[in-house]
Amino acid sequence: MKESILKIIRDVSGKSDVPADDESLFDSGLLDSFALTDMVASLEETFRIKVPDSDLNPRKFDTVEKIAAYVESRT
Amino acid sequence: MAFIRGLGAYVPSRIVTNEELAVRVGKAASWIKDVSGIEERRWADSSVPVSQLGLLAAQDCLSRCKVDASELGMVILSSGSNERRFPGAAAEVAKGLGLTDVPAIDLPVASAGTLFGLALARDLVERYRNILVVGAEKMSAVVDRDPMDANTGILFGDGAGACLVSRDCGRLRIVDALVRSDGSYTEALHLGLTGTLVMNGMTVIMQASRKVPSVIADLLQRNNRRPESIDWFVMHQANQNLIARIAKAVGVDTEKFYSNIARYGNTSSASMLIAASECWEEAMSICFAAFGAGFHWGALLAEVEK
Repeated sequence: MKESILKIIRDVSGKSDVPADDESLFDSGLLDSFALTDMVASLEETFRIKVPDSDLNPRKFDTVEKIAAYVESRT
Repeated sequence: MAFIRGLGAYVPSRIVTNEELAVRVGKAASWIKDVSGIEERRWADSSVPVSQLGLLAAQDCLSRCKVDASELGMVILSSGSNERRFPGAAAEVAKGLGLTDVPAIDLPVASAGTLFGLALARDLVERYRNILVVGAEKMSAVVDRDPMDANTGILFGDGAGACLVSRDCGRLRIVDALVRSDGSYTEALHLGLTGTLVMNGMTVIMQASRKVPSVIADLLQRNNRRPESIDWFVMHQANQNLIARIAKAVGVDTEKFYSNIARYGNTSSASMLIAASECWEEAMSICFAAFGAGFHWGALLAEVEK
């Protein structure tokens, strides 16, 4: 799952940086508002999950480990 | 029935370029264009109140429609940047038009206010016959300017738009409207009694990217219209990158979404009507859409009567 998440982050950010699991994707400059939106759409498609509007909170997707935990909770 | 009879707009003459603001936010002028699509915006003089901007747009609208103000049965004015907590600017604009005995209602709904105003006018016009919907904003007065906040200071501009909704005639009939609100996000975009505008851009973009295409799809679907059949989508001019994302999600070319944000920036609730005033005359159909603080959002379909 982690590799898939990292690939999505690379694709939407257009950057090849590999963030640490607990590194903020926003503070590091990997994701901005629009890349974050694209990432959520890719997560939905890749993992066949539905992210409800009420879960569209940047804090839930701030780090790789938070993303993994969220996806895990939805599958 | 309800018809869009005409539109008008007013923007202040002072042009504020990206180059001027770039120095103040410590960024390159090209960065401002890249993150927002904005090249310049207009700022009103500090002595000019919101009501004055609204009045000038209202007069432009009535002039273009060749309608005398005495024919109006109601004024609805949206502003999130009015100088006073109360009264709002609606009654002042009405008075400026010479109206001192018609209802003038304020909608303090930033960004989406004129969309809500049009939806309300559609429902009220049977009783009030001619309703003038105005959006007037002086956003330059509510953002951090000294020092300037890079996330908000570059985005906003001042201006006003107006739309006359009539019961009996007009080129575009308002077919349907859908407006929605969710108070879960009041802190994500707000302006307190003191201080300046606060915006969590990520939350706003994430929610708008999802909610606006959804409400447009619901509106078009329930009226058996396909996105590609619409001449213009006229959205609140929030950010060109957001407009492009929403166009993609709706399934049409970005060029179908009319945009003047490069020239005027984000003028909050005024922006949708300013944009519509520039493109509506040749359109056979327009799908309006807006999203703003609250959150409030919605869409409205207007088209030439078949």
